[in-house]
This record gives sequence, C-alpha cells and structure tokens, in this order.
Amino acid sequence: MKADAIKSILATDCGSTTTKAILIEKQGGEYRLVVRGEAPTTVEAPFEDVTRGVLNAAKEVEELRGRQILDGDKIITPQQGDKGVDIYISTSSAGGGLQMVVTGIVKAMSAESAERAALGAGAIVMDVLASNDGRLPHEKIQRIRHLRPDMILLSGGTDSGNIKGVVEMSELLKAANPKPRLGINYKLPVIYAGNQKANKEIEDNLSEETDLSIVPNLRPVLERENLGPARDKIHDLFMEHVMAQAPGYKELMAMCDAPIMPTPGAVGEIMQVIAKKENITVLGVDIGGATTDVFSVFKDPELGEPVFNRTVSANLGMSYSISNVLASAGLPNILRWVPFEIEEVDLRNRIGNKMIRPTTIPQSLDELKIEQAIAREALRLSFIQHREFAVGLKGVQKERTISDAFDQSSSGETLVNMMDLDILVGSGGVLSHAPRRHQSARMMIDAFLPEGVTQIAVDSIFMMPQLGVLASVHEKAATEVFNKDCLLRLGTCIAPVGSVKPGKEYMRLRCTLPDGKSIDKTYTLGDLELFEAPYEAIRAEIIPARGVDVGGGPGQSIKTEIYGGLVGIIVDARGRRPFVLPENAAERVAALQKWSKAVKEFEDR
Amino acid sequence: MAHAYTPGLKVIPRILVHKTRRLPLKGKVTVEKGQQVDAEMVVATTDLPGNVVPVNLANMLNIDASEIVEILIKKPGDSIQEGDIIAETRGLFGLFKTKAHSPANGTLEAVSGITGQAIIREAPIPVSVQAYIEGKVTAIIPDEGVEISAAASFIQGIFGIGGERRGAIKVLTRDTKTPISEDMIDESCKGKVLVGGAFLSYKAFLKAQKAGATGIVVGGFNYRDIKKIVGYDIGVAITGQEDINTTLIITEGFGDIHMAQQTFDLLRSHEGRMASINGATQIRAGVIRPEIIIPIDDQDAIQEHKAELFGMEPGTVVRVIRAPYFGMLGEVTELPHELQRLESGSLARVAKVKLQEGGKEVLLPRANLEMIETK
Repeated sequence: MKADAIKSILATDCGSTTTKAILIEKQGGEYRLVVRGEAPTTVEAPFEDVTRGVLNAAKEVEELRGRQILDGDKIITPQQGDKGVDIYISTSSAGGGLQMVVTGIVKAMSAESAERAALGAGAIVMDVLASNDGRLPHEKIQRIRHLRPDMILLSGGTDSGNIKGVVEMSELLKAANPKPRLGINYKLPVIYAGNQKANKEIEDNLSEETDLSIVPNLRPVLERENLGPARDKIHDLFMEHVMAQAPGYKELMAMCDAPIMPTPGAVGEIMQVIAKKENITVLGVDIGGATTDVFSVFKDPELGEPVFNRTVSANLGMSYSISNVLASAGLPNILRWVPFEIEEVDLRNRIGNKMIRPTTIPQSLDELKIEQAIAREALRLSFIQHREFAVGLKGVQKERTISDAFDQSSSGETLVNMMDLDILVGSGGVLSHAPRRHQSARMMIDAFLPEGVTQIAVDSIFMMPQLGVLASVHEKAATEVFNKDCLLRLGTCIAPVGSVKPGKEYMRLRCTLPDGKSIDKTYTLGDLELFEAPYEAIRAEIIPARGVDVGGGPGQSIKTEIYGGLVGIIVDARGRRPFVLPENAAERVAALQKWSKAVKEFEDR
Repeated sequence: MAHAYTPGLKVIPRILVHKTRRLPLKGKVTVEKGQQVDAEMVVATTDLPGNVVPVNLANMLNIDASEIVEILIKKPGDSIQEGDIIAETRGLFGLFKTKAHSPANGTLEAVSGITGQAIIREAPIPVSVQAYIEGKVTAIIPDEGVEISAAASFIQGIFGIGGERRGAIKVLTRDTKTPISEDMIDESCKGKVLVGGAFLSYKAFLKAQKAGATGIVVGGFNYRDIKKIVGYDIGVAITGQEDINTTLIITEGFGDIHMAQQTFDLLRSHEGRMASINGATQIRAGVIRPEIIIPIDDQDAIQEHKAELFGMEPGTVVRVIRAPYFGMLGEVTELPHELQRLESGSLARVAKVKLQEGGKEVLLPRANLEMIETK
C-alpha cells in the first residue's frame, strides 16, 4: 500500500507490564492520534501469549473509537470501509527485552564501541568482556557460561591490526559453549564485528557451536566507528531468534506489517528526530517497569556535531525492578523525597509488594507519593549511569592521536552538559500517567537537576515507542502525530548554579507574561516558584548573584526567550552543585510540602 | 465489554498436575512412559561439560604462538593429568628444554596456533533430575526429560525463596489471622512443611530452620528480613537458587497479611500428608510462582484442569492486592465501562467489589484485583 493511501494505523507497544495500543487516523489530510487503549501484558501465566494483551488493548481501542477493528482474534487489515486498520505495527520490551553480552579487546575502545552498538539497537548489556578487563581467562569463561544471554556481539581489532586478541576471545567463547536464555533447541546467535582479517579463524572457532553472523568491523580504524551494520544485524536476529522464542511472538510477528522493534530502539529513533528537526540538545528518559532508558543528543565540543547516546539501566524500574531501586539507592535516599513520616519496615514492605504484584497502581494519594519518590531515585541513578557512559567519539570521523584514543573513556569528559541542555523529555508510565503534569515536571527536575534555562516536556500518553517504529514505515504520520499529539510542553525550569550565603539574594527574574503581568522578583537560596504561562515565547532577563551562573557565566545576567506550557515557568532556586535537602526529617518534610504547594503538585486533591 | 485479564493464583483442591522435569542440557531419560515414580526417583541424567582451564603455552614457553603446534607432547583429544607435560621446546642441542605442565586433570580440547592458547576441559559434572512429585510418567521428551502427572491439591504462593523440598504438612496456627510465633516451633517440626496464618517473624524463621523444617508456608513476611536470610538484597523477584535448607513460601505478600481462608483450609485438610514444595519465583516473562503440591489418591475422580482464560466478570471472586483493603477477598458486582478518578488523582478502569468482610461495596482499580482460581 502506498504511504499516501494509508488512512489508519494501529500501533502497540508490548511493555513488561502493560500493552499500549494507539489508533492513528488521517483526518483532513493530516495524521492524528484518535484513541488509546491498554491492557496488562499477557506474557505471564495463565495466558502465556503476548497476543492476548495486544488483542485486549486493541479491543479497548475498538470500544473507545466505536468502530470494528477486530474480527475475533484477528486485526482486520487493510481497512475495509469503516472496519479495520490499514497497517498494524508493534514494539516490544516484554519477556525481559533483548539481553546481550558484548566483547572487545580493549575495554575503553572496541568493547566500548560494541557496547554502544548493542545499546543503540535497544539491548540490555549483561556484561562487557574485554581482554584487558582484569579478569582471568577462566573467570571470563565461567561468566559467559553463567549468563545465558539472547545474543553475543564479538568485536575487537582494527581491520589492519593483529588478529590474536579477537581470536583468543573467540576461543574462550567456544570453550564456554554458551547456551541461549530461551530454549535449548537452537544455537546461540553470535555476531562478529571485529577485525575482518580474522573472519576465517572466527568462523573455524564458532560456526559449529553457535549461529554465527559476520558483519563489517564496528571499529575499522581507531578513530572511527561503524556501528550501523552490527545494529542492523542485532535487530534481524532479535526478530528471528529472541522474539520467536517468547510466548505468542510468532503469532504477533505474523500479525505485524513491519518488523517488531525493541522498545528502546524505537524511542531512540524518535528522540533523534526531535534533536535533528529542531537543531537542539535533548535529554530523554523512558522509565518502565523493569528498566529505565536514558537518551541524549549533545554536541561533542571537539567535533562540533551532535552525538546520540543511549544507556539502559537494566534493573531500575517502577515495578519488576522497584526493589532494586531501593537496594541501589538505599532507603534514606528514597525517604528524602517522601513528604510525610513513614515507618521504614512499612515502606520496605510496600516496595516489596509492588515488586511481586507489578501491575498494581496506587489508589491512595500516599501510595502515589511513595511511587513518585522512588521514581525520582530510579531516574537519578539512571542518569548518573548515562553521564558516565556518554563520552568520547561516536559514529563520525574524529582526528586524534593514538594516545588520545586510548584515553577516550577514562579521561573523556561526559558530553552531558546540563547547562547546554535545551529540552528534557520524559516518557514512561510514572511520568506520562502522573495524575497532574506538575508532578511529572517536579519528578524530572528533582531527578535530573537541570541547570540554567531548560524546557521540560513529556510524552503525553506514553506513545514514543509506537511513533519510533512508525517513523520507520511512515515518517510523515509519525512526525505529525509526534508534534500535535505526543509531545506535551510543560514549561521551562530556571535553575541557577552556585551558592550564596543563606538569606542573601540568589537570583532575580524580570519578564512580562503573555497575560500582561509583569514579573520582577528576587529569590533567595531554597526558593521554588511557579508562574502559570502558556506555551509562548516570553522575553526574560535573568540576573544571577555574584559567582552564580544561569548560562552566561558566573555573575553574568542573560536575556533570553523562555516558554510556558501546561505547567508554566518554574524558578528553581534550591541550588545546584550542591543541591541539598535538609538532613533533619521534620525540616525535610516541611520543605517538601512547601515546594509541593509552590508548584501545585497536588493542588486539587 | 472488554474482559479484564488479571492473572490470579491457583488454590485448587483437586487437579491433575503435570510437571515437566527437564535437564539443563540433553542427556538420558532413565524412566519409561507409564511408570509410577516416587518423588525422590531420578528420572533423567546428563553430564554438564567440565570446567575449562585455559593455559597460554606460548607465554609459558616464551615462544611464538605459531610454533606451538609443532612442539606439542599431548595432542588435542588426549586425556591429561595435572603435571603432565603438554609441550616442550626443542632447546639448544637437545638441552635447556622448557616444559609446559598441565595445571588440571581432563582432556586437552584445543590448541591455537594463533594465540598459543591451550584449552583443558576437566571431567564432566554429572547432573540428575528427580521426579519431584509422586506420580506417573505421562510423557517422555527424548533426551531432555519427562512429564510427571499426579492427582493433587495445588496451591500457588506469591513469592518464595529456596528450592524444591518435601515434607509432611504441619499446621501451626488455629486460623488465618494468627502469626507463627517462636513458641509454636519445637523438635516435632523436623522434616515438616509448616503452615501458619498471617505472619512469620525472622526469629521464628530461624527457629524453624534450626529445628530442621523443610519448608514454611505463611501469609506474610517482612521484606527487609529476606535480606537477613539470603545475605543480599533481592532486587528483582527471581528466586529459587538460594542456599537455604528451609524453603519459605509467602501466599499473600510482604507485611502482616492474613492467609486467604481457602488456602489455609485446603492446607489444613491435608495435615500430615506429604507435600512437594518449591519457592522458585520469577515475576518476569514465563512467570513462575512458588508452589505446594500435595498428591491425593482418587485419581479417577480428577478432571483435566483447563486454565480459565476468561476475564473478570460480575460474580468473580477476587482478592485485593494493594492498599487500601490489601489482602481482602470480595466478589465483583459491576465492571463500569468508564474510567473513574481514584483518590490518587489517576484515572483508571475500576470494578465494584463487595468485600466478604463486612459486606461493604467499594470501587477498586481492576489492576489491583486478582482472580482466585478455585475450581
């Protein structure tokens, strides 16, 4: 079917907890989101068939739209009159997503490039093995045997270099004889993307025990990466092997009109679209039930070009992995965001119960506040991991000396510069489904601590994954829906960096809001304030105190355009570097309640 | 009307249980189809490949990797003992030879002329799989395992730690609300699967473990105490491999929560009978719940159990699985089509539920309800 002729699109995202369906229809020449439905993902018993959840979500869409989409257990395609849809597409992260082990020779070079390729393709990287990772050969073998990944990516060596290192790693792999995570009746897929001179030796070592694919080197020369072929192969094998083993996926693949994409891969696609289209720096997050993904597009100061990075925090999420957030962050870090007193044992039990009943939702306001406290920590920890990983060169020619290349990870500054960030985009259940958008804005500000002037947005109803996969088959529809229905502009956060003595002036804001109201206000350290304003450009002058930076340098005032939105303009004068919360429990609770009130987090309740 | 599919836990008095007993790798099945087996009987065996010991001969002998193949004393495929010479340099006029000795017993699996690395594979590790439940072999999976079937009562818990265990059922509390206290545990608990009501303290668990109980089934337990038992945080609910002698199965959740009445009644009706239990839990894809299987005699009366694939409907018995009303049972009276606003402010699909305790009718998010399979 020609792209122009497509009138309706059904897209689903099978998450580890919920299957989300959206219906897009062409209305008056443009594509718009019409309705959305959701249902619990049915990978678990008693159903053990992912298509049940898909059909349930589609059934809800059908009921809400008031027209037939399903014929029994079939999605009607193409659309016939008022029945059915023209295309059906899906993404998936259910079944634990795509779990990979990657290997390289030098940890900071080929292994890091391999990790980037796997992460870019939407995988969870279980471990990174390298010749110089400090583990003895037998420890590496034991590790490979223990892990049972879905797939292994083997890399190492430049195309003109020595083959010894990469052949040695393939020998260890052969000796470990790894088994795939799902099923014992098929061979583990292994992708070789290393020194092409070693292809024959790799084939000799691995073609019998594994399902070996050879693709061009992902680091053909020290100064350049070529991640595309490895990423594409990962996607192909994900469809062929991993998806085919999960309950109901063969049927789901048959239902879809385009290959199923791993959810994070699809979200990454759409994040890059935003950055490219508007020529801006973007930091995005997708917080799910099992994992949290962070995406960024920042300019590499050396290259002067935008660089895309994705990290996945495999065990930081809001349901299946919620107890791991507690374990990783520690109870005090979660408690510091809870705006009331709670017994430690009670909080731990509540978190444990969410882990074992992952599809439940907070019914009471206190339960919601606890979940949002945990979300802040899951986001904060995921962001720390991202900052540490988003360094160095990516995917482009970069001239550097050999010594620079060796140093790329250890001495490389992170590309994530919060002062340069234009827009922070949140996605995932806890951010997209927060009862008030003010809560989403607060969660993101508290977790990411944006600096200077930063716009905040959320995925309205958590549909970025579906739009990401749609972009691969119908870019126009994806872009139109993204701009009109997906991205919700919440407003702007103004956050000075630096410290002043308590009670002294910290920052001054001067602007005129679209309703004509003039603002000329001075803030002291610890203030948080919201001005309601629509999404329109507002000329503003921000004057920081001496030594304090709002983007123009220490003590330098700036004149800039700021935008309101569904929430408005949040002046966050609570401080950065350091940002500190009161240590005393009663003082902390009082501060949290004051800030909540200031930004109307729970205003109507 | 869309069905609300909420997976529930099984509490079934009479069912034909089928357990697949599979080897981790292909091997040999040691029983025949139709054979009656005891729970402890070995049904399949295999040898896991032995551990691998890599040795870099080129480095040891200080020669180029390409020369290794020519100076091997042992060839790939040869069996090898610790201390045996694997390779030896030619030396100078036959003198000053350098030798590379094997660090392990096993087989010389491979030697690489590119890396100079030799791989020594130690002896295979035998692994066997037991029947786990007393029953009949109803299917053979060639080279992989068997299916054992037995008429049984079958109960699923929500979370457990510890692997497969067996023991006679011993009910410690008089009702679902009473916690298991330390004074209820004595020497008579040895080898038993203990059943209690609402709660088990860490101290009571330790006492039961010391007394030699093989398992404990209880309504609730404190999440923080799990770490004290296993020694680490369980961040994601994937368990079963814990190195503990007393398997713990929680039927309701973390905290002090009454065990569901029918779970308690069913367990009590089997007082003294042998049960096979497993704490293994996996709340991810291919979900695994902890289980209690109690074989029963009247096999003829058992009908094949079909999983209830229809969703929640008016009349369905449900359990509330989140605060408020956590742990209470009720009956669905209505499934309103429209989204409703909850106290938290969220919009959600809800069900009207008449609670068994007190008879109050409340609106609850469907996501916070769980069906209970009792037939």
